[in-house]
Amino acid sequence: MKPYKTPAIPASEITPKTLFYARRKFMRNAGGAALTALLPQSLWAAGPFGDLKKSPYAVEEELTPRKAITSYNNFYEFGTGKEDPAANAGVLKTRPWTVSVEGEVNKPKVFDIDDILKMAPLEERIYRLRCVEAWSMVVPWLGFSLAELLKRAEPTGNAKYVEFVSLYDPAQMPGQKSAVLDWPYREGLRIDEAMHPLTLLTLGLYGDVLPNQNGAPVRIVMPWKYGFKSAKSIVGIRLLEKQPTTSWMKAGPNEYGFYANVNPDVDHPRWSQTKERRIGEFLKRKTLMFNGYADEVAPLYASMDLQKYF
Amino acid sequence: MSFRNLGNKTVGRIKVGVFMLALIPLLKLCAGAYSDELGANPIEKISHVTGYWTLTFLLITLTPTPLRRLSGWPWPVRLRRMLGLFAFFYGCLHFLTYLVLDQFFDWDGILEDIVKRPYITVGFPAFLLMIPLAVTSTDNMIRRLGGKYWRLLHTLIYPCAIGGVVHYWWLVKRDLTNPIIFAVLLGVLLGARAVYRPRTTKPLYSKIVKR
Repeated sequence: MKPYKTPAIPASEITPKTLFYARRKFMRNAGGAALTALLPQSLWAAGPFGDLKKSPYAVEEELTPRKAITSYNNFYEFGTGKEDPAANAGVLKTRPWTVSVEGEVNKPKVFDIDDILKMAPLEERIYRLRCVEAWSMVVPWLGFSLAELLKRAEPTGNAKYVEFVSLYDPAQMPGQKSAVLDWPYREGLRIDEAMHPLTLLTLGLYGDVLPNQNGAPVRIVMPWKYGFKSAKSIVGIRLLEKQPTTSWMKAGPNEYGFYANVNPDVDHPRWSQTKERRIGEFLKRKTLMFNGYADEVAPLYASMDLQKYF
Repeated sequence: MSFRNLGNKTVGRIKVGVFMLALIPLLKLCAGAYSDELGANPIEKISHVTGYWTLTFLLITLTPTPLRRLSGWPWPVRLRRMLGLFAFFYGCLHFLTYLVLDQFFDWDGILEDIVKRPYITVGFPAFLLMIPLAVTSTDNMIRRLGGKYWRLLHTLIYPCAIGGVVHYWWLVKRDLTNPIIFAVLLGVLLGARAVYRPRTTKPLYSKIVKR
């Protein structure tokens, strides 16, 4: 038997050195891109907002996928079904858009949304979101503390409360044709809650502009309160001396209080709040006092009976 | 061809058709689960869909009787047992969704729900009421009980359906549209029974009380 002889490799089969190295470079870049996609948004957010300021408010829990955050929403202006906002909010025009700040302030102002976007450095804040319906998410919001905006209007000493008014426009918001809530949607905070650094004036999500179904172009987010407190598509902020009545308080005074702090010890009259289902998980997890933000916000309620002021 | 009197063969075909139709909600759920299209909260979706179809089949089951009295059509009554068993079938799926997917055998949590959550306090017994109805749905059981007692037992479908609608009404957060629709339809179906009583038979209860 003849020994096997390796055939000579013709020159045409040999990859030129330049191409050989170009391939390595391509693989390196592709690998890098793939790896980058797996990292938290804060590390690759060169999106429409450029460099984002690092925020200490970032819970170290797995982010809820963007698809879930943008397809499972309570935003009754666009319908009461969870999928309705994603289906119907596309028509909402977010430019031009202004937010008025009025009431007990020295300098009432009407801010243009594009000026708000430039008002302060945007931070990515990874917050837990706990819905009053006993499900939860972990959401990478973009924005800055609401206090940044409020202080520009110089609240007076009489400003004890803040009311948020959402857009009322049944032509754009089909859900407002039904009287399911008292429109426009109104929410409120005590002034110290509103000035708390955790209270986020929110302008973006997952490194990008806020999708319409999540409350574009601007909303607030208070991670230690049930989700309905975090009013969406805000057009007005009013500083008041007296506590305002919110839309959900009108809808069910014994079910939805003004404070609506996440509290596993105070049940909703019709269901338990001790546990929650994190979207994407099977077993329920225990709900944390103030949604895990007790260190930051518990002092705000130091002497209050939270069973009474629910 | 008149719709009033249909032959055995035709009714048999209708039965097969209705059987297939009644499986569509389940098939759609299975397809959705397989292709991961049940949304961000699939457990909630499965719970809502199975609950919706339990109530829907309960209402459909209550339809043949007033329909016969109004139109004189006798044949829809022959579909009633199958429709009722589908209500039970979707009710079982609904209950199992709660037991396994939602609570995952958290017995303390389930007990607390039954005692403290009005919509479960009323929904759980409404489900239990369906069990004796399903068990006594066979020809043999009808014969053993006798038509009179069997019919009396099966009036349990009334509290069962009312309980189901109340369960739905009490659980929705704010938008009562669907519970109202179910309540109105149930009201019509029960009201029709009160208005169009059969002329020949005396009220069932008085007979039994006399014995």
